[in-house]
Amino acid sequence: MPTLTIDGIQVTVEPGTTVLQACELAGKEIPRFCYHERLTIAGNCRMCLVEQEKAPKPIASCAMPAADNMVIKTDTPLVKKAREGVMEFLLINHPLDCPICDQGGECDLQDQSMGYGKGASRYDENKRAVNDKYMGPLVETVMTRCIHCTRCVRFAQEVAGVPELGAIGRGEDMQITTYLEQAMTSELSGNVIDLCPVGALTSKPYAFTARAWELRKTETIDAMDAVGANIRVDVRGREVMRVLPRVNEDVNEEWLSDKSRFAYDGLKTRRLDRPYVRKNGKLQEATWNEAFAAVAAGLKGLQGSQIAAIAGDLACAESVTALKDLMEKLGSPHLDCRQDGARIDASTRAGYIFNSGIAGIEEADAILIVGSNPRREAALINARIRKRSLTGKVKIALISSEQPQLTYKYDYLGAGAATLKDIAEGRHAFAEVLKTAQKPMLILGQGAIARADGAAVLALAKQVADSLGLVKDGWNGFNMLHTAAARVGALDLGFVPGQAGKDVAGILAGAQAGEIKAVYLLGADEIDTTKLGSAFVVYQGSHGDAGAKRADVILPGAAYVEKDATWVNTEGRVQLGRRAAAPPGDAREDWSIIRALSEPLGHKLAYDNLGMLRRRMLQLAPHFAAVDKLTTAAWGAFGTAGAVTDAPFVSAVADFYLTNPIARASATMAECSAIARGITQPKTGTHD
Amino acid sequence: MSGVHIAPPEQQPASFAFTAENLELAKKHIAKYPAGRQQSAVMPLLDIAQRQHDNWVPQAAIRHIAELLGMAPIRVLEVASFYTMYNLAPVGKHFIQVCTTTPCWLAGSDKVVSACKKHLGLNPGETSADGQFTVIEVECLGACVNAPMLQLGDDFYEDLTEESTGKILEALKRGEILKPGPQSGRLSSEPHGGATTLTTFNPAGAAGGNDD
Amino acid sequence: MLQDKDRIFTNLYGQQSWRLEAARKRGDWDNTKALLDKGQDWIIEEMKKSALRGRGGAGFPTGLKWSFMPKQSDGRPSYLVVNADEGEPGTCKDRDMMRHDPHKLVEGCLVAGFAMRAVAAYIYIRGEFYREAENLQGAIDEAYAAGLIGDNACGSGYKFDVYVHRGAGAYICGEETALIESLEGKKGQPRLKPPFPANMGVWGCPTTVNNVESIAVAPTILRRGGEWFAGLGRPNNTGTKVFCISGHVNKPCNVEEEMGIPLKELIEKHAGGVRGGWDNLLAVIPGGSSVPLLPKAICDDVLMDFDSLRAHRSGLGTAAVIVMDKSTDVVRAIARLSKFYKHESCGQCTPCREGTGWMWRVMERLVQGRAERREIDMLLEVTTQVEGHTICALGDAAAWPIQGLIRHFRGEIERRIDAYHSGSPVMPAAAE
Repeated sequence: MPTLTIDGIQVTVEPGTTVLQACELAGKEIPRFCYHERLTIAGNCRMCLVEQEKAPKPIASCAMPAADNMVIKTDTPLVKKAREGVMEFLLINHPLDCPICDQGGECDLQDQSMGYGKGASRYDENKRAVNDKYMGPLVETVMTRCIHCTRCVRFAQEVAGVPELGAIGRGEDMQITTYLEQAMTSELSGNVIDLCPVGALTSKPYAFTARAWELRKTETIDAMDAVGANIRVDVRGREVMRVLPRVNEDVNEEWLSDKSRFAYDGLKTRRLDRPYVRKNGKLQEATWNEAFAAVAAGLKGLQGSQIAAIAGDLACAESVTALKDLMEKLGSPHLDCRQDGARIDASTRAGYIFNSGIAGIEEADAILIVGSNPRREAALINARIRKRSLTGKVKIALISSEQPQLTYKYDYLGAGAATLKDIAEGRHAFAEVLKTAQKPMLILGQGAIARADGAAVLALAKQVADSLGLVKDGWNGFNMLHTAAARVGALDLGFVPGQAGKDVAGILAGAQAGEIKAVYLLGADEIDTTKLGSAFVVYQGSHGDAGAKRADVILPGAAYVEKDATWVNTEGRVQLGRRAAAPPGDAREDWSIIRALSEPLGHKLAYDNLGMLRRRMLQLAPHFAAVDKLTTAAWGAFGTAGAVTDAPFVSAVADFYLTNPIARASATMAECSAIARGITQPKTGTHD
Repeated sequence: MSGVHIAPPEQQPASFAFTAENLELAKKHIAKYPAGRQQSAVMPLLDIAQRQHDNWVPQAAIRHIAELLGMAPIRVLEVASFYTMYNLAPVGKHFIQVCTTTPCWLAGSDKVVSACKKHLGLNPGETSADGQFTVIEVECLGACVNAPMLQLGDDFYEDLTEESTGKILEALKRGEILKPGPQSGRLSSEPHGGATTLTTFNPAGAAGGNDD
Repeated sequence: MLQDKDRIFTNLYGQQSWRLEAARKRGDWDNTKALLDKGQDWIIEEMKKSALRGRGGAGFPTGLKWSFMPKQSDGRPSYLVVNADEGEPGTCKDRDMMRHDPHKLVEGCLVAGFAMRAVAAYIYIRGEFYREAENLQGAIDEAYAAGLIGDNACGSGYKFDVYVHRGAGAYICGEETALIESLEGKKGQPRLKPPFPANMGVWGCPTTVNNVESIAVAPTILRRGGEWFAGLGRPNNTGTKVFCISGHVNKPCNVEEEMGIPLKELIEKHAGGVRGGWDNLLAVIPGGSSVPLLPKAICDDVLMDFDSLRAHRSGLGTAAVIVMDKSTDVVRAIARLSKFYKHESCGQCTPCREGTGWMWRVMERLVQGRAERREIDMLLEVTTQVEGHTICALGDAAAWPIQGLIRHFRGEIERRIDAYHSGSPVMPAAAE
């Protein structure tokens, strides 16, 4: 391991460490613009120049490998002058429009010019003006501010795997753009906003809406998919102004998908902000008491077996717990959280979580993706697969109805269960790949099991895992990929049919047949509400989506950023969301609605506050105590061997942008969806 | 002029494909590079496309080449916009590039530029209304001891004066292409009036003269 | 003065045919197999003995450079890349070698490629040299047809291919790593070093990039012996060199001369002297546009080689001698070079992208005198903020001509500024 001297301090570093990283280890701050830990080294900004003894010129510390006996100086006049020079060059053509720049207050250029600049420019010539570029509905551009660090270009090429950004022209006329100013198509495009060290690429929806210093920042958890990305929600007053990623190396690194980042305008529209009761066929505003009375009236005289409950994809663990307890008290065994009808066996946790963990992808040397399009279903997990793929140390294969561009190379093996069966029974060449791999992995999408033969497909997947060595000491490569933020938590808490209970399909059939007379929808909007027959429907949720339209009583709930709530991601990682904003109008935190309703129903729930409820959750599922951590799930029996059909596996997500009621209420997501589907012709630029 | 000049959509053809002959040529170029390194052929392919398409590269060709080589279109556009020889918008049939870098300027390139103005009515950067001529100013073309010079199509015209430039342009207007090379009468880069070297060593003299 | 018998480029002017038959009569491809039979070590040793320094401008010892290539492959092939992207203003020597004597280059590719255990040579020729590329390709085709290169080059059993890759208009591709990027089908943006090309060059393989002249002289050096070449010129500045003499001389020309020839002798013997006589000389840029100019006083007795010119804070560069007589608007002459560098900056790194434009704009004002005297020092400081702070040497190349101008002609710049402020500005002079 090389040992070098930095400003008189000796540091020993891992081989492969750069001088810049070594300087940081020595506690020396090195200014930089182009360098970013998660991107390849460009070395173009020249801000990180340091002095190396015996070198004729200052060296770019970001690009220079640390070597034994190197003597580095970061605080000499030469270094100071080099930094001042680079700062001056960066600023000569940079507009001094900080007062109207959205990056103001959180701008690397601003900060570093304060720290390392000279304070004045000697540039007396005209400044360069650069035409702004259209990049789609998410990324706003002010290209005159661009300092050509190429972070965005490298992100698109390397991390997103959608090489749609580039720098055309050359010299001082070089300009960053998408190809002919087409909208960016990556599901991760918003990350270029965070990466841009200046105000060249900013958030279009956020543009000119707030200043960084007037925002209240709350660290919480995303619920737009089952990844559980760690986010920060910035609020002014009652309004969510923007959503940003937080670093969590095990989950989202420092990236965020566009849906998680930009669907927040959906929090402001189509909101259920007061209770409604259907009277004379029409939903009419009501007070909470009137609404509770209406629910009580609707359930009056019903047997437990005539009542059912369905938990939706955005339901938090607290509300699921409360509803489960209420249903139990009402005597109903008909509860389910699998709106899509996925034939998941909730009795064996290892059978429904992403056992290896998301970070485990980076160890996998063979990955079989079954019935999933990870790019649409979990864009960040897809990025992790791409990251692993770039190392060249993994073989990836896909069984799906489609052969999508996943941003990495894979072998397409087939469309459906027959191929999976061939692998499970060792007849397929990829079986050998899995078998000989050190850390083989199977990623099972909901599309493969949300079907009539789903339990048999699940059994096949388990057979693959068992017969090809996916589960061994210290490694479990059986990974179910969920798309709903609520799903794993609800499964953990047992929000599945009880003794003789009906699943979602059974509930709907029962409702149509008149056997089920009341259905409680906890944010359940992804079911076919036309099949609810004449049942009395209670809808509790945040948005006026499919469920609310069919409801007889609407109980307005909080959205995911408006409550202190627990989420369990596809890995089975328990994470605590925190209330960043208040729910609108009369809407309330969901568990408290159920708790309040339990009294007029005559089945008062035993918890008076969140702490008591969470203790109840621990009774149901002790691993809820292990917040933020992954707990190993014991391997066991799941799935039901049986006949499988020829039907191809269709991904659970057809449109990345419109998967839930919040996203569907978002004008931004609607625009993205339209562009992705080719419905809207994006505006094209002038290409001057 | 700053930035990259890309022809506006109304000038862009909807599609582009190499002719069978050019596709063969493209494949020959691709074959020059190691397997899997076909991206190396992007420059020759852009050149072929430009020669096939009236001396400019339309966006349809960018996409065609991107597809042939397995590149993202933006990567091809980056290359096409980086190198000055690719025209991304239409140019005149006769493409005249006048070098005005210091060695040519010292030798009188201002007069070559003014001859273009006088005989074609064009300032650098302009194209004649009939689309016959484009004159641009370029950086050093590497014929400095034969300065000043201009490039017409693929050929260098050297040792120019205002008069000899005028002759070349007037001939061009008549549809005649004058002989390229030094217009001063010398063979190539030897001193005017006869070489001061290579006068006593002529082993290949019998092999026939210059055959360019 | 160098005698014809010691000249390497015996068809520099194209007085004879460039084709194989004529080239053979000039001595090219004469029992090349015998050279190869002496082995890689012998070739590199002989090149080291010749003390040939790279002819592309930087002057790095050629034999030493070849010796950096791996002697044992780790599975990756090695490549020779020939830098024929001649674009340094004032320079037009490689052009003559390729259009009139291409077989020297092709043969050179074989012996050099063989010495460094390369599987192929890629000759990267600037795109504007279309006719030159035609001749070069013609020579390669002839060489293949005659079995001189290809599967069994010269009957040596060595397989060696030679390809031509045409550039498309970018001076920066003369920088070796930019050239490699370009050869890979990318924008010509220089790479960070390390890694160096000998470790990680084109397509991630060991690569040596050499100038046309460096490669083309190799067969003759090997035939006549490294000592012969080393005996010409001065120690550390050996051999012959093709000079390009342009600008205000009576007979601008290319000529192969002995290294270290006095500048005055070079101009007067071969280029017909300075226009209006030696005393009419104002300044000379002795090594292509990137090196600082020299005022007449230095030109009077300076020798044309690496060390002599370096001693005068200039450089031999590409040995392109740009002569300016006293009629020259020297500020404008250098300002035009600043425009060139601004135009040719690849845009990748900050000091060059921003600095070349800044320097050019100030230079344009200095041409008119539309500036303050203090801006001269400011400009000088800007050049030092660019110099040594960039990824490649283009930043230095843009800075040096301006530094040379201020060093030697500050008075002229000040005169214009004063004239401008006094209300009677100096009219920028036309050249000729």
